[in-house]
Amino acid sequence: MKRFLAFVKKEFFHILRDRRTLLILFGLPFVQVLLFGFALSNEIKNANIAILDNDKSLHTQQITARLLSSGYFQVYQNLSSYKEIDQTFRKGVIKMVVVFPTQFSYDYEHGRTAQIQIIADASEQNTAISLTNYASAIIQSYTTSVAGSIAPMYIDVNTRMVFNPELKGAFVFVPGVMTLVLLLVSAMMTSVTIAREKEMGTMEVLFVSPLSQWQIILGKVIPYLALSFVNGCVILILGVFLLELPMNGNLLLLLLETLLFIFLALSIGVFISSLTDSQLVAMFASMVIMLLPTIFLSGFIFPIESMPKGLQVISNVIPAKYFIRIVKNIMIKGIGMKAVALDTLVLAAMALFFIGLSIRNLKTHLA
Amino acid sequence: MKAVITNKLTKKFGDFIATNAITFEVEEGEIFGFLGANGAGKTTAMRMLCGLLTPSSGEAQVAGFDVYTQTEKIKQNIGYMSQKFSLYEDLTIRENIKFYGGIYGLRLADINDKTAGILEKLQLQNVADALTASLPLGWKQKLAFSVAMLHQPKVVFLDEPTGGVDPITRRQFWEMIYEAASRGTTIFVTTHYMDEAEYCNRVSIMVDGKIQALDTPKGLKETYRVDSMDGVFQILARGTSTK
Repeated sequence: MKRFLAFVKKEFFHILRDRRTLLILFGLPFVQVLLFGFALSNEIKNANIAILDNDKSLHTQQITARLLSSGYFQVYQNLSSYKEIDQTFRKGVIKMVVVFPTQFSYDYEHGRTAQIQIIADASEQNTAISLTNYASAIIQSYTTSVAGSIAPMYIDVNTRMVFNPELKGAFVFVPGVMTLVLLLVSAMMTSVTIAREKEMGTMEVLFVSPLSQWQIILGKVIPYLALSFVNGCVILILGVFLLELPMNGNLLLLLLETLLFIFLALSIGVFISSLTDSQLVAMFASMVIMLLPTIFLSGFIFPIESMPKGLQVISNVIPAKYFIRIVKNIMIKGIGMKAVALDTLVLAAMALFFIGLSIRNLKTHLA
Repeated sequence: MKAVITNKLTKKFGDFIATNAITFEVEEGEIFGFLGANGAGKTTAMRMLCGLLTPSSGEAQVAGFDVYTQTEKIKQNIGYMSQKFSLYEDLTIRENIKFYGGIYGLRLADINDKTAGILEKLQLQNVADALTASLPLGWKQKLAFSVAMLHQPKVVFLDEPTGGVDPITRRQFWEMIYEAASRGTTIFVTTHYMDEAEYCNRVSIMVDGKIQALDTPKGLKETYRVDSMDGVFQILARGTSTK
């Protein structure tokens, strides 16, 4: 045990001496959370729109007021003719135009289908989709809020948002960012640090020493387990207090799941380093086999449901997919143990698989 | 008791026989030179003796312990220094010494005593808390040797310890080796430098996985009728004579 502690102490020296890595380690969660939470979110605030109100009635004014008070839109220009729509779009400032036809309030009050035209700049398709969805929802809510009316307007809005009615980007991204940072820190750092010992030749000296293989691997892993756990907590705190992510479920359960995921990531890191002697290869392998699939196939950025069938099948072997789902289930939906049991089991099985493989590989590969 | 005993020790990698049935004995306190061209099987043999590799066949004992069944005992009783620098560059000199003391299970008081002893002997007291990376190569190798001797191993394996080191430092390094041997430690050393082979008590020369010659440097020179170990090596390893 004393030998083991001496080893762990040495690992902490390595980490603390390397200022640049340390900065990356602890700066990364901040930057990522802030980037994804604010800058890169798909949530749109104060988008410039133009309004062409040919009706100029009480209804159109009230609908406009509702749109503006939502915080999603601000009026850049009030238009007076159809011709101007095209011109205004070409300036590139506005994202959307809302057009009220002349007989809008007449149709509305006489029980006919009143129409509103929404024209969006689809050169940024995601923005366009979000904006038109926001606008449709707001207009719909107006018709239902006017007493006695039976929603006579024809606007085909069929979406119903559960759990994230405001479509907050942070809800989607924070679990993903957390997953990504944990993977990066745990897997990449461990694989690189073990590969470094091999590259430097110190690994041989360790193997000749009375330290057992388990002690060497655990000694490498434990400091990063601690670091990653701190990182995970930082991200959670940032998510909850800065991005107003809800914490509906059991915190203890979430922390335990986080530990499990870190353990899995570490075992992948050890596995990678058991295959190579070079830090560069270890880093590259971590990037290729973990980061990219995690970003693209885990449901972090692109929904799994909208992927081609083939990729959906592949996504089943991406550990991040399960962890992201667990975090969302616990934090946002607030559901418990039973709902995440299967995903947890998958993660645990993956961890055992990788640890088993790497123990088998590490020593034989060195020789 | 012999420090190292091998009997037909063999290691195969697939069809390739790296070490072919080598048999030799090393006395306690002896400085045993293990020579051979690159690829002759020196490193493989050494790794089997250190417990880094499991032999394919044959027998071997190191410090009285069997290489198949008692590797943990062997590890506790041997020191090892590889041709690659075996200390951590991002740790200070003092931290390196303490780390190795720690993983060999030395008591804290012993570690502190030994650390002070090594620093004094190598006259590194003033730079004890500097990063090891800042030391010149020769000093690093001397430090690495001292660290390999920290837990007073019965046998110490040195794999080309003086590669790339200047002649004066090499000379000092060999003085340290002699001193260790005079205190009863068995030295098992591989080297490329033929002048260093002359310093050994006995020398074995490996060619293509087999031990072609094993004798004192003097005996070898007489047998092959040359006046230097370099000549012996040329005849055996390269199949040519310098004369």
